[in-house]
Amino acid sequence: MVEASTTNFIAQCYELYELPPLGSLVKTAANEAGMEIYGVVGNAATTSIEPGRRPIARGRDEASEEAIFRSSPHLLKLFKSEFSALVVGYRQGDRCYQYLPPQPARIHGFVYRCTPEEVTTFSQSFDFLTILLNTRLAVPADELVAAALRLMSQAHQDHHTFLVAAGKELATLLGGDFDQLKSILGRLK
Amino acid sequence: MTERLGIVTSGSLDKGIEVRLDSGISVEDMAVGRYVTIEGNKRRFFGIIADVSLGVTDPALTFNPPDVSDPFISEVLAGTSTFGALRVSPYLTLSSDVDSLLEGPQPVKTVPSHFSAVNLASQSDIELVFGSEDERRFFIGTPLDMETKICLDLPELVKRSNGIFGKSGTGKTFLTRILLIGMLQKSAAVNLIFDMHSEYGWAGSSEKGTPVKALKQLFASKVAVFTLDEENSRRRKVSTDFVVRIGYDEIEPEDISLLRQTLNLTDLAVEAVYPLRRRFGKSWLHDTMNLDNPDEIKELLESLRIHESTFQNLQRGLGTIGRLPFVVPHAPENAVDRVLGFLDQGKNVVLEFGRYNDIAAYMLVANLLSRRIYDRYRERTEQAIADGSAKPTPLVITIEEAHKFLNPEIASHTIFGTIAREMRKYNVSLLVIDQRPSGIDAEVMSQLGTKITCLLDNERDIDSVLAGVAGKSALRTVLARLESKQQALIFGHALPMPVVIKTREYGSPESYRQFTATAEPRSQEQIEKDIEELWQ
Repeated sequence: MVEASTTNFIAQCYELYELPPLGSLVKTAANEAGMEIYGVVGNAATTSIEPGRRPIARGRDEASEEAIFRSSPHLLKLFKSEFSALVVGYRQGDRCYQYLPPQPARIHGFVYRCTPEEVTTFSQSFDFLTILLNTRLAVPADELVAAALRLMSQAHQDHHTFLVAAGKELATLLGGDFDQLKSILGRLK
Repeated sequence: MTERLGIVTSGSLDKGIEVRLDSGISVEDMAVGRYVTIEGNKRRFFGIIADVSLGVTDPALTFNPPDVSDPFISEVLAGTSTFGALRVSPYLTLSSDVDSLLEGPQPVKTVPSHFSAVNLASQSDIELVFGSEDERRFFIGTPLDMETKICLDLPELVKRSNGIFGKSGTGKTFLTRILLIGMLQKSAAVNLIFDMHSEYGWAGSSEKGTPVKALKQLFASKVAVFTLDEENSRRRKVSTDFVVRIGYDEIEPEDISLLRQTLNLTDLAVEAVYPLRRRFGKSWLHDTMNLDNPDEIKELLESLRIHESTFQNLQRGLGTIGRLPFVVPHAPENAVDRVLGFLDQGKNVVLEFGRYNDIAAYMLVANLLSRRIYDRYRERTEQAIADGSAKPTPLVITIEEAHKFLNPEIASHTIFGTIAREMRKYNVSLLVIDQRPSGIDAEVMSQLGTKITCLLDNERDIDSVLAGVAGKSALRTVLARLESKQQALIFGHALPMPVVIKTREYGSPESYRQFTATAEPRSQEQIEKDIEELWQ
């Protein structure tokens, strides 16, 4: 965890490119004991560790991409992979709450991917969809919602029923905006 | 048992309540005319589905329809962005406090609050509203798609004049038979049926041509069949109780004025009847018809100031009556006395017309007999009021082709117009059967207590049947969508709310058994047992 606010947090991966997929559910411990904050991965980037210093194109004489890193192993240390997650809820004891936690996450807290069981428990309710739909991110909300639901459906035994239920919730939320609904539904399959 | 349909979203008492269907309920399973209950916060409401419609949350959906060939998309959209909606006309309420539970359902004066749950009415709801079969209530049919019995309170029904309407071939006759059986069993009234097509007394036939039994065969001890056409009755092997003959001397000027249209008489010709009656006395008809000496006629017409063409017109009209085979110079026995005799014994009288089922004969006889009977009933009721004795048994007179008697031009002249308007006071009411209700005088229509109507598709007929009914537009949709067989809409005095029924079965051996079985009065033993059970 390298940056945390009430609505989102940014975490850095220990290894380059070991990013969680877009829309996956991640968790981190909160400041309060027994509380875990859930986030949906909304954006990820691999950049230079020094802001403002861009890498130079390499590999003109190399046979493959791997060869670049083999010949200059320090390169791996000059880049970082980061992802930001949108806070969608928290867990206090056994209960999941699908709204923002009282306090943001801690810096240097560990961020984990949620297990399929945790995903199933969290996605019993679709209240988190409102948060996802209403954020302004680099990634369009339609893409994010669709990705999150696709991934969650894999944790459920009956993908189809889950997606239909989620679709119906979306249809209610987007009652006045059929075009957006259509674009999300089109991305759910 | 109760099936939730959806929730109330908007509405008004006048225009009906809008209900949005739940996503799991298919709009195709709904049907106008079905019963629903609405669970408000303080009361329950009973209503009828008056309209079914489709809605979308976003108009863009209708301009740019989604790809419904994708089952996922269509499944998601069903019940959310696209939904079914109902318009429910509320009719009755039932508050949950004890007082109103005892009072039973009350007419609706408000609407349920927002988002109240709407359920399909259960059997017990229907029973609560219409009551179950008992000594007063007669099972007439079942609501659409349900097994519950809809029962009519017959003593209440016969307190007013009633009407049965419907296009030809929609089951009016069957419905009438069922209703007559009901009255015969459960109302304290006796029936006089002017049976134009000889369908009610002895066997009639269904549309498929299979014979069906009629009243006399099912309830021989309670029904007397009179006939105008002895030969026809004998051929049909009907055991008749009396052959009706009408004497010339029984026909009075009022009877002729009623037949003005049918006999194609001019107004002057009808007027001319009265001086002739004064001149010749009781035998006026016979004498007028048999005038053939030109000098005599001329002298008579001059003295009575009747124009010759008027007289010819009259004579031609009277000739039509004279040619009716059952009209004889002197009737051997007074038909009115015999009819009243049977009615007094509590027997129902069916008068068959046999081959003489043209409208002139029907109107003449029905009107003539009814007027005499009316007079007697009136005398007796007045007598009963004067000395405090029992009033005569309530009488229900059944007439077919009622628009001929009750059209606006002659309704005020015929006895049936009078009965419909005021005879309730003298314990006589009408059962009007007609296929063209728009032809009936609006004043008479408005006096009909309970109306039972099968399918009607003429705008004017529908208007006239529904005139003055609350929630007319809702009922209009229901009425126009009735199936052409065995379905009827009943509304009015004898029922707490309008109901669409599938008429009870009539015509199979099993149905006859059910009709006659319920006719048996309950034994004293049974009654005691019931009372005991009640207190347990």
